[in-house]
This record gives sequence, C-alpha cells and structure tokens, in this order.
Amino acid sequence: MKRRVSVGSVLIVVAAALYFLVPLYAAFQFSLQMKRGELSLAAYRALFDSDVFLNALTFSLIASAAAIVVGAILVVPTIYWVRLRLPRLRPVIEFISLLPLIIPSVVLVFGQIRMFGSSSILPLTTSDLGTNFLLVAGYVVLSMPYMFRAVDNGLAAIDIATLTEAGESLGASRLRIVGTIIFPNIRGAIISGAFLTLSICLGEFAIASLLNRQAFGPYMVQLGQDRAYEPAALAIMSFALTWVLMALMQAFGTMKPGQRLLPRFRSARNNGEKA
Amino acid sequence: MDGSRDLTATDGPAPRRLNLDWLGAVPFIGFSALFLIVPVFYLVAGAFTGPEGGFTLDNMIGLTSPEIASSFWLSIRLSLASALIGTLAGLLLAHAIVLGGMPGWIRRSVTTFSGVASNFAGVPLAFAFIATLGRLGLVTVLFRQVFGFDIYSTGFSLFSFWGLVITYLYFQMPLMLLVITPALEGLKPEWREAAESLGASGPQYWTMVGAPVLAPSVMGCFLLLFANAFGTLATIIALTGSNFSVVPILLFQQIRGNVLYNPNLGYALALGMILIMVASNLLYIALRARAERWQK
Repeated sequence: MKRRVSVGSVLIVVAAALYFLVPLYAAFQFSLQMKRGELSLAAYRALFDSDVFLNALTFSLIASAAAIVVGAILVVPTIYWVRLRLPRLRPVIEFISLLPLIIPSVVLVFGQIRMFGSSSILPLTTSDLGTNFLLVAGYVVLSMPYMFRAVDNGLAAIDIATLTEAGESLGASRLRIVGTIIFPNIRGAIISGAFLTLSICLGEFAIASLLNRQAFGPYMVQLGQDRAYEPAALAIMSFALTWVLMALMQAFGTMKPGQRLLPRFRSARNNGEKA
Repeated sequence: MDGSRDLTATDGPAPRRLNLDWLGAVPFIGFSALFLIVPVFYLVAGAFTGPEGGFTLDNMIGLTSPEIASSFWLSIRLSLASALIGTLAGLLLAHAIVLGGMPGWIRRSVTTFSGVASNFAGVPLAFAFIATLGRLGLVTVLFRQVFGFDIYSTGFSLFSFWGLVITYLYFQMPLMLLVITPALEGLKPEWREAAESLGASGPQYWTMVGAPVLAPSVMGCFLLLFANAFGTLATIIALTGSNFSVVPILLFQQIRGNVLYNPNLGYALALGMILIMVASNLLYIALRARAERWQK
C-alpha cells in the first residue's frame, strides 16, 4: 500500500529547501560582487593571493593531519587490543572516547592551559613547539568520539580473533599483526574517521584561538571583522569542502573490510595476474 | 617466551598474563588522562578552591552573581529556543520525507544534505547568514526593495537572540532529522493498519500510538540539540564579536583576560557548563535507551 504524496509534506519540504538553499545562494551571490557593477571571482582571487590565508590554511591542515595520525595510532591498536584481550575494559574506553562530546572545547582548552601553563610541572605553553603539540593533542581529543566509532565499527566487521591467530601461527609479532593485518583491513574505517576529523579540526576556533595559534578558525573570525566579500567566498568554499569531506567519509565508511582504496587498481592487477 | 617465565613465576602464568594485557590500554588511557581527564579535574578542583587555597563554596556561590547568572540564563534560553524549534521543524521535515510519500530521490537528497549541513557550523555558517539576513544581506535587501519593508525596523537583528536562533537552526534541524529518522522508520505499518482496522482516525492513531512511541526519542533528541547549542562558541563569536555574553563567550573572555577578576570563578563557570552538558547528555542517553525498546 503506497501512500499518496500529501500537500502538507510537499509544503514542508519546499519551505525547508528555501531555508537551506537561500543562505548558500546569498553567500554565493555576495561573493561575486567584490568589483562594483560586475560579477567576478575577485573575492576568491583575493583570498588565494593572501599569504595570511594560505599560511593559516597550511598550518591547520598540518595540525589536522598530525591529529589524524596520532589519533589513529592511539585508537586503532587500543580498540583492537581491548576487543581481543580486555573486553571488560571496553565500556571504560568507550566512555572516555565519548567524553569530548560532553566537555565543550572551550572548557577542555581551559583545563589544558592551566595544567600545562607557565607555572606547571610540564610548561608546554611557554614554547611554540609545546603549544603546537598541545593544539594537536586537543584535536586528537576532539576527534576521539568519531575515530572511536569509525574504528570500532571497522573492527566489528572483521574477525580479529581468527586473523590474529592466523598471524601468530605464522610467527608474526603483535606489531606486525596490527600493522600488516589489522590496519589494512580497516583502512576504509580509519580514512572515513580521518575525513570527519579533518572537517572538525580545519575550522576549529576555541582551542586554536586560546592557544594563540595562527590557525584557520581564528583567521576566519578576523576576516569576518575586516572584510565584506571574502567571508562570503570563504563560506561557499567551506560548504563545498564540507560536502566533499562528508562524501569521502561516507564512501570510505561503507568500504568492505580489506577493500582497496581505488577499486580499479585491484581489477587491473587481478587481470594482470590472470594474463 | 612463556616457558622461560614459568621457571621464575611460582604462581603460574595466568596472573602474569593478565598484567601484561593491561599494558596494552596504557597509551590510550595515559593520553586521555593527560590531555582530557586530568585537565577537566583540575578545573573541577579549582572551582572549589579559594584564592589562598583550601576548600570553599564561594566560587560556586559566585555563579549566582547577576552577571554570571544572566549569562547562564541567556545561554539556556538560546539553547532551549533553538532546540525546541529545531526539534519541531526537524520532526516535521523527517515526517514529510519518511511518511509523506515523497519520491526516493528527494528523501536521499534531504538526508545527504542534512549530513553536510549538520557539520557546517561555526564561522562559515555565520558568514552565509550575514550575506542573507545581515543589514546588506540578500533577504534584507529584497524585503526593502520589493515590499518596502525594513526587517531591521521591527527590532530584529541577525546579531541578536532570534537572529542566532535562526542561524542555529541550520545545524540543529538537520541533526534532528538524522537522529529521529530511524525512530520514524521504526513505526511499524502494522500498528497503523491495526489502529485503522479498529476504526481509529489519523489523529487518534497519532495521539494514542505514534506519539507515545516516539515521545522518548523526540525528548532525547531535544536534549541532544540543547547540548549542541549550549556548547556553540565559534558561530556566536563570528556573528556578534563577543558582545553576546552567553556562557561559552564569558568563559572565553575569562580565559583571555580574567574579566571576572577572579581566576577561581572561571573554574566554577567551566564546572557549571560541564554540569549542564552532563545532565542533558545523561538524560539523552536514558531516553534513548527507553526509545530503543520499540526499535527491535
């Protein structure tokens, strides 16, 4: 029995579409008006010609990449090990991983600044390197809930006990098992978590700003105060980037265990082997 | 490897094995302790410490001072308003695409878009709304030119309470849609058919079957949205500078320059934020557990 399309539903969807699309259209239209009397991409060009923009973006990209690597190295072996050997510890690990959803980032960075401030035992905030390290650590914490969920789902889809036994019976060390069996099998899950982490950390404001880092989030706030057209251009680019990152996250998140990143390579290789 | 240990271990390999297993969780727990748990406890402890050390409740009592209390009240009202409207609007939209008989492509587009929009928060979102409802925004100018009506003359401003609520809905509504869709899909068609065959009208089905089944999910999602709005900082800063003193902004300024003139009061402010977040999240988890009884 199929229901008829109701008028009310159509009206609701149209109203929602207007609410969601008008701001995007408005930002797009505004971003083209930097030159008086004509439509141009001058606002976009102005952004990419700006060293401050490029430096802030590069800095945030590097910090996010570092957070992804550290996060994966921290989370993957831990969840693997907990699933394999310490199932009783699982609720604890899960609880810790989900804590950052409850602790607002401004509170988190406040605690870190006080704990690693100039008069503490480990004064990380007194040096540039230490502060950058603290920023990456903060990003790792922020991304923990998402990394945990992605990796945990990935590990649930493969039989880690059998894979581990197989590895052990062939004489592989623990490190080798994690590195050459577990990691490749949940590649998709890790990359999926990585894209979400990137999307969160790139525009992150509170931590970067309070640690006085010249990152992308604080840069955007400053830009909003100084300029008119560039922020609109940035909003459009940022929305497009979010879309791409979410699409990639989705694509990698639904990858089968052990599936190659680029399916074509696999078929080409298989064909090659046959021939 | 185990054999050589057995020679020295008198009480057998089992307990020793257990000890070694625990080591595997040390890096993760150590990292979390150092950068998440201990810093938060540091703040909690600070909230109960006086300027010269020693336990005190003065800081927590200080939260009731007019400036801080009004800040909490503003945050709570803003989060309530955006969560309430987000819940209702998201529910309507989810109902329209799940049960409204829409073609599949509309449903897929709305869901995909929601996944993106719920992650499109922060500074760029503020920029998009400035281009829409700011003083020179597209919609503002359109109203002025076409209808001769200045929406700012009504007292509305994008940079005030309702402007923020409208902006927040851009990530609140999609989040609601994404978390409530499974619950709507869990409404079994058999229930509706059973109700109809017993002679129930549409409204009767909704008030006596649909609403009671959905209520825990909807209330849970409402709390999730509340917490989501309560912790929002970047969007407000990009919209209002730091003139709009919700709790996250007050805390942000306190960390920047001790605007409360008492560092320990800042700890209490942070603790107050944590308590509200913990309370709404715990209730959310409890309600979700209750809602899942129907989703089997």
